[in-house]
Amino acid sequence: MTKSPHISRREFVAIFVGALGTIMAVAVGLPAIGYLISPTVRTKKTDAWVSMGPLEGYPVGQPTLFTFTRARVNGWEKTVNSFGVYVWRETEDDVTTYSNWCTHLSCRVTWRDEEEIYVCPCHDGLFDISGKVVGGPPPRPLDQYENKVEDGVLFIRLEEA
Amino acid sequence: MSSKVINWLDERLGLTGIYDTVLDRNVPKVNWWFTLGSASLILFVLQGVTGVFLTVYYSPTPDHAYDSIQFIMNGVAYGWLIRGIHHWGATLMVITVIAHMLRTFYYAAYKYPRELTWVTGVILLLTTLGMGLTGYLLPMNQKSYWATTVATEIPGTVPIIGPFLTSVMRGGPDISALTLSRFFALHIWFLPAMIALVIGVHMYLIIRLGISHIPDKDE
Repeated sequence: MTKSPHISRREFVAIFVGALGTIMAVAVGLPAIGYLISPTVRTKKTDAWVSMGPLEGYPVGQPTLFTFTRARVNGWEKTVNSFGVYVWRETEDDVTTYSNWCTHLSCRVTWRDEEEIYVCPCHDGLFDISGKVVGGPPPRPLDQYENKVEDGVLFIRLEEA
Repeated sequence: MSSKVINWLDERLGLTGIYDTVLDRNVPKVNWWFTLGSASLILFVLQGVTGVFLTVYYSPTPDHAYDSIQFIMNGVAYGWLIRGIHHWGATLMVITVIAHMLRTFYYAAYKYPRELTWVTGVILLLTTLGMGLTGYLLPMNQKSYWATTVATEIPGTVPIIGPFLTSVMRGGPDISALTLSRFFALHIWFLPAMIALVIGVHMYLIIRLGISHIPDKDE
Protein backbone atom coordinates (compact mmCIF):
# COMPACT_ATOMS: atom_id res chain seq x y z
CA MET A 1 0.00 0.00 0.00
CA THR A 2 1.44 3.37 -0.98
CA LYS A 3 1.62 6.04 1.65
CA SER A 4 -1.28 8.41 1.14
CA PRO A 5 -0.86 12.09 2.04
CA HIS A 6 -4.25 11.89 3.74
CA ILE A 7 -4.87 10.55 7.17
CA SER A 8 -5.70 6.86 7.02
CA ARG A 9 -8.84 5.37 8.48
CA ARG A 10 -6.77 3.52 11.06
CA GLU A 11 -4.93 6.70 12.12
CA PHE A 12 -8.20 8.60 12.29
CA VAL A 13 -9.77 5.98 14.53
CA ALA A 14 -6.69 5.91 16.77
CA ILE A 15 -6.68 9.71 17.20
CA PHE A 16 -10.45 9.83 17.67
CA VAL A 17 -10.45 7.10 20.29
CA GLY A 18 -7.46 8.69 22.05
CA ALA A 19 -9.16 12.10 22.17
CA LEU A 20 -12.45 10.61 23.34
CA GLY A 21 -10.63 8.63 26.01
CA THR A 22 -8.84 11.74 27.27
CA ILE A 23 -12.10 13.70 27.48
CA MET A 24 -13.74 10.84 29.37
CA ALA A 25 -10.78 10.51 31.74
CA VAL A 26 -10.91 14.24 32.55
CA ALA A 27 -14.72 14.19 32.89
CA VAL A 28 -14.44 11.34 35.40
CA GLY A 29 -11.11 12.24 37.01
CA LEU A 30 -11.87 15.83 38.02
CA PRO A 31 -15.12 15.02 39.84
CA ALA A 32 -13.29 12.14 41.53
CA ILE A 33 -10.64 14.51 42.90
CA GLY A 34 -13.35 16.95 44.00
CA TYR A 35 -15.18 14.08 45.69
CA LEU A 36 -12.10 13.14 47.72
CA ILE A 37 -11.06 16.61 48.86
CA SER A 38 -14.30 18.62 49.09
CA PRO A 39 -15.13 17.92 52.77
CA THR A 40 -11.55 18.70 53.80
CA VAL A 41 -11.49 22.19 52.31
CA ARG A 42 -14.99 23.13 53.38
CA THR A 43 -14.45 25.55 56.28
CA LYS A 44 -16.95 25.11 59.05
CA LYS A 45 -16.25 28.28 60.97
CA THR A 46 -18.99 29.30 63.30
CA ASP A 47 -19.26 32.87 64.40
CA ALA A 48 -22.39 33.30 66.45
CA TRP A 49 -23.78 35.55 69.14
CA VAL A 50 -25.09 33.25 71.86
CA SER A 51 -27.73 34.55 74.24
CA MET A 52 -26.96 34.34 77.98
CA GLY A 53 -30.45 35.48 79.03
CA PRO A 54 -31.43 38.80 80.65
CA LEU A 55 -28.56 40.70 82.23
CA GLU A 56 -30.79 41.37 85.25
CA GLY A 57 -30.59 37.67 86.11
CA TYR A 58 -26.90 38.00 86.99
CA PRO A 59 -25.98 39.39 90.42
CA VAL A 60 -23.59 42.33 90.61
CA GLY A 61 -20.16 41.56 91.98
CA GLN A 62 -20.36 37.80 91.99
CA PRO A 63 -19.24 35.67 88.99
CA THR A 64 -22.10 33.38 87.92
CA LEU A 65 -21.84 30.33 85.70
CA PHE A 66 -23.95 29.97 82.57
CA THR A 67 -23.75 26.70 80.64
CA PHE A 68 -24.95 25.86 77.15
CA THR A 69 -24.31 23.28 74.45
CA ARG A 70 -23.57 23.66 70.76
CA ALA A 71 -23.87 20.87 68.19
CA ARG A 72 -21.35 20.39 65.42
CA VAL A 73 -21.94 18.21 62.40
CA ASN A 74 -19.01 16.42 60.79
CA GLY A 75 -20.22 14.50 57.77
CA TRP A 76 -22.91 12.19 59.15
CA GLU A 77 -21.92 12.54 62.77
CA LYS A 78 -23.17 15.10 65.27
CA THR A 79 -21.05 16.07 68.25
CA VAL A 80 -22.47 18.12 71.11
CA ASN A 81 -19.99 20.28 72.96
CA SER A 82 -20.79 21.94 76.26
CA PHE A 83 -19.57 25.40 77.16
CA GLY A 84 -19.41 27.24 80.47
CA VAL A 85 -19.28 31.00 80.79
CA TYR A 86 -18.68 32.98 84.02
CA VAL A 87 -20.53 36.27 83.86
CA TRP A 88 -19.00 38.90 86.14
CA ARG A 89 -20.81 42.19 86.61
CA GLU A 90 -18.18 44.35 88.25
CA THR A 91 -20.73 47.19 88.29
CA GLU A 92 -24.27 47.45 86.90
CA ASP A 93 -23.03 48.02 83.33
CA ASP A 94 -19.47 46.72 83.35
CA VAL A 95 -19.83 43.07 82.28
CA THR A 96 -16.96 40.65 81.66
CA THR A 97 -17.51 37.12 80.39
CA TYR A 98 -14.91 34.40 81.03
CA SER A 99 -14.58 30.93 79.60
CA ASN A 100 -14.45 28.31 82.35
CA TRP A 101 -11.75 26.42 80.44
CA CYS A 102 -8.52 26.50 82.39
CA THR A 103 -5.77 27.94 80.20
CA HIS A 104 -3.43 25.17 81.35
CA LEU A 105 -5.00 21.97 80.00
CA SER A 106 -8.67 22.90 79.51
CA CYS A 107 -10.17 21.47 82.68
CA ARG A 108 -13.20 23.40 83.97
CA VAL A 109 -12.53 25.99 86.64
CA THR A 110 -15.00 26.66 89.49
CA TRP A 111 -15.65 29.97 91.25
CA ARG A 112 -15.42 29.73 95.06
CA ASP A 113 -17.45 32.51 96.64
CA GLU A 114 -15.98 32.30 100.12
CA GLU A 115 -12.36 32.38 98.88
CA GLU A 116 -13.09 34.75 95.95
CA ILE A 117 -11.04 32.62 93.60
CA TYR A 118 -11.36 30.37 90.52
CA VAL A 119 -9.96 26.91 91.22
CA CYS A 120 -8.98 24.37 88.60
CA PRO A 121 -9.41 20.87 90.06
CA CYS A 122 -6.79 19.22 87.85
CA HIS A 123 -3.52 20.92 88.81
CA ASP A 124 -4.59 23.55 91.36
CA GLY A 125 -4.52 26.43 88.91
CA LEU A 126 -5.84 29.56 90.63
CA PHE A 127 -7.27 32.71 89.08
CA ASP A 128 -8.56 35.84 90.79
CA ILE A 129 -11.92 37.49 90.08
CA SER A 130 -10.50 39.37 87.05
CA GLY A 131 -9.12 36.13 85.58
CA LYS A 132 -5.48 36.77 86.42
CA VAL A 133 -3.34 33.77 87.36
CA VAL A 134 -2.55 33.78 91.06
CA GLY A 135 -1.20 30.27 91.43
CA GLY A 136 -0.48 26.95 89.76
CA PRO A 137 0.65 26.13 86.24
CA PRO A 138 -1.76 28.14 83.96
CA PRO A 139 0.31 30.12 81.43
CA ARG A 140 -2.13 33.01 80.87
CA PRO A 141 -5.28 34.59 82.35
CA LEU A 142 -8.72 33.09 81.76
CA ASP A 143 -9.94 33.57 78.18
CA GLN A 144 -12.68 36.13 77.70
CA TYR A 145 -15.61 36.20 75.33
CA GLU A 146 -16.56 39.39 73.54
CA ASN A 147 -20.00 40.39 74.87
CA LYS A 148 -22.79 42.85 74.22
CA VAL A 149 -26.13 43.75 75.78
CA GLU A 150 -29.15 44.21 73.53
CA ASP A 151 -32.57 45.09 74.97
CA GLY A 152 -31.40 43.94 78.38
CA VAL A 153 -30.22 40.55 77.09
CA LEU A 154 -26.57 39.55 77.39
CA PHE A 155 -24.86 37.92 74.39
CA ILE A 156 -21.39 36.45 73.95
CA ARG A 157 -19.61 35.99 70.69
CA LEU A 158 -18.69 32.37 70.08
CA GLU A 159 -16.04 31.69 67.47
CA GLU A 160 -15.06 28.17 66.54
CA ALA A 161 -12.43 27.25 64.02
CA MET B 1 12.51 8.40 21.12
CA SER B 2 9.17 7.08 22.31
CA SER B 3 9.43 4.09 19.99
CA LYS B 4 12.87 3.37 21.50
CA VAL B 5 11.35 3.34 24.98
CA ILE B 6 8.49 1.15 23.81
CA ASN B 7 10.89 -1.25 22.09
CA TRP B 8 13.06 -1.43 25.21
CA LEU B 9 10.03 -2.27 27.35
CA ASP B 10 8.57 -4.62 24.74
CA GLU B 11 11.77 -6.63 24.52
CA ARG B 12 11.60 -7.26 28.25
CA LEU B 13 7.85 -7.43 28.91
CA GLY B 14 6.57 -8.93 25.64
CA LEU B 15 3.83 -6.29 25.36
CA THR B 16 3.16 -6.88 21.67
CA GLY B 17 2.77 -10.56 22.38
CA ILE B 18 0.09 -9.78 24.96
CA TYR B 19 -1.54 -7.25 22.64
CA ASP B 20 -1.62 -9.68 19.70
CA THR B 21 -2.99 -12.51 21.82
CA VAL B 22 -5.54 -10.57 23.78
CA LEU B 23 -6.77 -7.84 21.43
CA ASP B 24 -5.62 -8.70 17.90
CA ARG B 25 -6.90 -12.26 17.78
CA ASN B 26 -8.96 -13.57 14.90
CA VAL B 27 -12.70 -13.49 15.30
CA PRO B 28 -15.45 -14.72 12.98
CA LYS B 29 -17.89 -12.25 11.45
CA VAL B 30 -20.14 -11.37 14.35
CA ASN B 31 -22.72 -8.73 15.28
CA TRP B 32 -23.39 -6.21 18.05
CA TRP B 33 -24.74 -8.90 20.39
CA PHE B 34 -21.14 -10.05 20.75
CA THR B 35 -20.19 -6.81 22.55
CA LEU B 36 -22.19 -7.72 25.67
CA GLY B 37 -19.29 -9.58 27.30
CA SER B 38 -17.00 -6.55 26.97
CA ALA B 39 -19.83 -4.32 28.17
CA SER B 40 -20.25 -6.51 31.26
CA LEU B 41 -16.50 -6.37 31.94
CA ILE B 42 -16.40 -2.57 31.60
CA LEU B 43 -19.41 -2.27 33.91
CA PHE B 44 -17.68 -4.51 36.45
CA VAL B 45 -14.61 -2.24 36.39
CA LEU B 46 -16.84 0.85 36.61
CA GLN B 47 -18.71 -0.62 39.60
CA GLY B 48 -15.37 -1.46 41.20
CA VAL B 49 -13.97 2.06 40.79
CA THR B 50 -17.14 3.88 41.89
CA GLY B 51 -17.52 1.38 44.74
CA VAL B 52 -14.01 2.10 46.00
CA PHE B 53 -14.84 5.80 45.98
CA LEU B 54 -18.10 5.23 47.85
CA THR B 55 -16.31 3.44 50.68
CA VAL B 56 -14.45 6.68 51.43
CA TYR B 57 -17.61 8.09 53.05
CA TYR B 58 -19.92 5.13 53.54
CA SER B 59 -20.24 3.76 57.07
CA PRO B 60 -21.55 0.15 57.31
CA THR B 61 -23.37 0.42 60.63
CA PRO B 62 -27.14 0.77 61.09
CA ASP B 63 -26.56 3.99 63.06
CA HIS B 64 -24.73 5.73 60.26
CA ALA B 65 -25.35 3.91 56.97
CA TYR B 66 -28.37 5.98 55.94
CA ASP B 67 -26.91 9.29 57.14
CA SER B 68 -23.56 8.62 55.50
CA ILE B 69 -25.30 8.07 52.16
CA GLN B 70 -27.29 11.28 52.64
CA PHE B 71 -23.93 12.95 53.20
CA ILE B 72 -22.53 11.41 50.00
CA MET B 73 -25.58 12.66 48.07
CA ASN B 74 -25.76 16.18 49.51
CA GLY B 75 -22.55 16.99 51.36
CA VAL B 76 -19.73 15.85 49.07
CA ALA B 77 -18.83 17.31 45.69
CA TYR B 78 -20.01 14.94 42.93
CA GLY B 79 -21.09 12.34 45.49
CA TRP B 80 -24.44 12.19 43.69
CA LEU B 81 -22.59 11.41 40.45
CA ILE B 82 -20.47 8.61 41.86
CA ARG B 83 -23.36 7.02 43.73
CA GLY B 84 -25.61 7.54 40.71
CA ILE B 85 -23.16 5.71 38.44
CA HIS B 86 -22.86 2.89 40.99
CA HIS B 87 -26.65 2.68 41.40
CA TRP B 88 -27.57 2.66 37.70
CA GLY B 89 -24.44 0.74 36.70
CA ALA B 90 -25.59 -2.08 39.00
CA THR B 91 -28.92 -2.39 37.23
CA LEU B 92 -27.28 -2.10 33.83
CA MET B 93 -24.73 -4.77 34.73
CA VAL B 94 -27.43 -7.27 35.66
CA ILE B 95 -29.17 -6.53 32.34
CA THR B 96 -26.01 -6.88 30.23
CA VAL B 97 -24.90 -10.06 32.01
CA ILE B 98 -28.32 -11.67 31.46
CA ALA B 99 -28.41 -10.49 27.83
CA HIS B 100 -24.89 -11.89 27.37
CA MET B 101 -26.08 -15.23 28.74
CA LEU B 102 -29.13 -15.23 26.43
CA ARG B 103 -26.96 -14.47 23.37
CA THR B 104 -24.65 -17.34 24.25
CA PHE B 105 -27.65 -19.61 24.70
CA TYR B 106 -29.48 -18.69 21.48
CA TYR B 107 -26.32 -18.86 19.37
CA ALA B 108 -25.47 -22.24 20.98
CA ALA B 109 -22.03 -20.88 21.84
CA TYR B 110 -21.90 -22.96 25.03
CA LYS B 111 -21.26 -26.22 23.10
CA TYR B 112 -17.99 -28.16 22.81
CA PRO B 113 -15.27 -27.01 23.47
CA ARG B 114 -16.69 -24.04 25.36
CA GLU B 115 -18.63 -25.76 28.14
CA LEU B 116 -16.31 -24.40 30.83
CA THR B 117 -16.67 -20.85 29.50
CA TRP B 118 -20.42 -21.35 30.00
CA VAL B 119 -19.98 -22.78 33.50
CA THR B 120 -17.74 -19.91 34.61
CA GLY B 121 -20.26 -17.54 33.01
CA VAL B 122 -23.04 -19.04 35.12
CA ILE B 123 -20.91 -18.49 38.23
CA LEU B 124 -20.41 -14.87 37.14
CA LEU B 125 -24.15 -14.42 36.59
CA LEU B 126 -24.90 -15.76 40.07
CA THR B 127 -22.19 -13.70 41.78
CA THR B 128 -23.43 -10.59 39.94
CA LEU B 129 -26.91 -11.26 41.33
CA GLY B 130 -25.27 -11.74 44.73
CA MET B 131 -23.72 -8.31 44.38
CA GLY B 132 -27.18 -6.93 43.62
CA LEU B 133 -28.65 -8.63 46.68
CA THR B 134 -25.94 -7.56 49.13
CA GLY B 135 -25.65 -4.03 47.71
CA TYR B 136 -29.38 -3.48 48.05
CA LEU B 137 -29.19 -3.58 51.87
CA LEU B 138 -26.34 -1.10 52.21
CA PRO B 139 -28.41 2.15 52.03
CA MET B 140 -30.30 0.79 55.08
CA ASN B 141 -33.57 2.46 54.16
CA GLN B 142 -37.05 0.94 54.42
CA LYS B 143 -36.83 -0.65 50.98
CA SER B 144 -33.44 -2.21 51.79
CA TYR B 145 -34.66 -3.53 55.10
CA TRP B 146 -37.79 -5.22 53.78
CA ALA B 147 -36.14 -6.49 50.60
CA THR B 148 -33.49 -8.16 52.73
CA THR B 149 -36.13 -9.50 55.12
CA VAL B 150 -37.87 -11.16 52.19
CA ALA B 151 -34.66 -12.37 50.53
CA THR B 152 -33.41 -13.97 53.73
CA GLU B 153 -36.82 -15.56 54.44
CA ILE B 154 -36.73 -17.39 51.10
CA PRO B 155 -33.96 -19.88 52.04
CA GLY B 156 -35.97 -20.43 55.26
CA THR B 157 -38.47 -22.49 53.26
CA VAL B 158 -35.84 -25.17 52.54
CA PRO B 159 -36.79 -28.34 54.48
CA ILE B 160 -34.94 -28.97 57.74
CA ILE B 161 -31.97 -26.62 57.27
CA GLY B 162 -34.05 -23.60 56.13
CA PRO B 163 -34.09 -21.68 59.44
CA PHE B 164 -30.36 -22.32 59.78
CA LEU B 165 -29.72 -20.83 56.31
CA THR B 166 -31.78 -17.75 57.16
CA SER B 167 -29.87 -17.08 60.36
CA VAL B 168 -26.52 -17.64 58.62
CA MET B 169 -27.49 -15.04 56.00
CA ARG B 170 -28.62 -12.61 58.70
CA GLY B 171 -25.85 -13.36 61.18
CA GLY B 172 -28.55 -14.00 63.77
CA PRO B 173 -32.32 -14.18 64.07
CA ASP B 174 -33.01 -10.60 62.91
CA ILE B 175 -31.81 -8.07 60.35
CA SER B 176 -29.25 -6.27 62.49
CA ALA B 177 -25.85 -4.61 62.54
CA LEU B 178 -24.38 -8.07 61.91
CA THR B 179 -26.47 -8.48 58.77
CA LEU B 180 -25.35 -5.12 57.45
CA SER B 181 -21.67 -5.72 58.13
CA ARG B 182 -21.64 -9.21 56.64
CA PHE B 183 -23.50 -8.02 53.54
CA PHE B 184 -20.99 -5.18 53.30
CA ALA B 185 -18.05 -7.58 53.57
CA LEU B 186 -19.59 -9.85 50.94
CA HIS B 187 -20.31 -6.87 48.71
CA ILE B 188 -16.86 -5.29 48.78
CA TRP B 189 -14.49 -8.23 49.42
CA PHE B 190 -15.76 -11.78 48.96
CA LEU B 191 -17.91 -11.38 45.85
CA PRO B 192 -15.70 -8.91 43.92
CA ALA B 193 -12.63 -11.08 44.58
CA MET B 194 -14.53 -14.12 43.34
CA ILE B 195 -15.86 -12.27 40.29
CA ALA B 196 -12.39 -10.97 39.39
CA LEU B 197 -10.93 -14.46 39.68
CA VAL B 198 -13.65 -16.12 37.62
CA ILE B 199 -13.50 -13.33 35.00
CA GLY B 200 -9.80 -14.22 34.69
CA VAL B 201 -10.65 -17.86 33.96
CA HIS B 202 -13.54 -16.87 31.65
CA MET B 203 -11.28 -14.59 29.61
CA TYR B 204 -8.45 -17.08 29.49
CA LEU B 205 -10.89 -19.57 27.96
CA ILE B 206 -12.18 -17.02 25.46
CA ILE B 207 -8.64 -16.16 24.37
CA ARG B 208 -7.59 -19.81 24.26
CA LEU B 209 -10.63 -21.15 22.41
CA GLY B 210 -11.74 -18.08 20.47
CA ILE B 211 -15.38 -17.19 20.08
CA SER B 212 -17.83 -19.24 18.08
CA HIS B 213 -19.32 -18.03 14.81
CA ILE B 214 -23.01 -17.32 14.36
CA PRO B 215 -24.65 -20.68 13.53
CA ASP B 216 -25.72 -21.16 9.90
CA LYS B 217 -29.39 -21.82 9.08
CA ASP B 218 -28.75 -25.52 8.36
CA GLU B 219 -26.60 -26.12 11.43
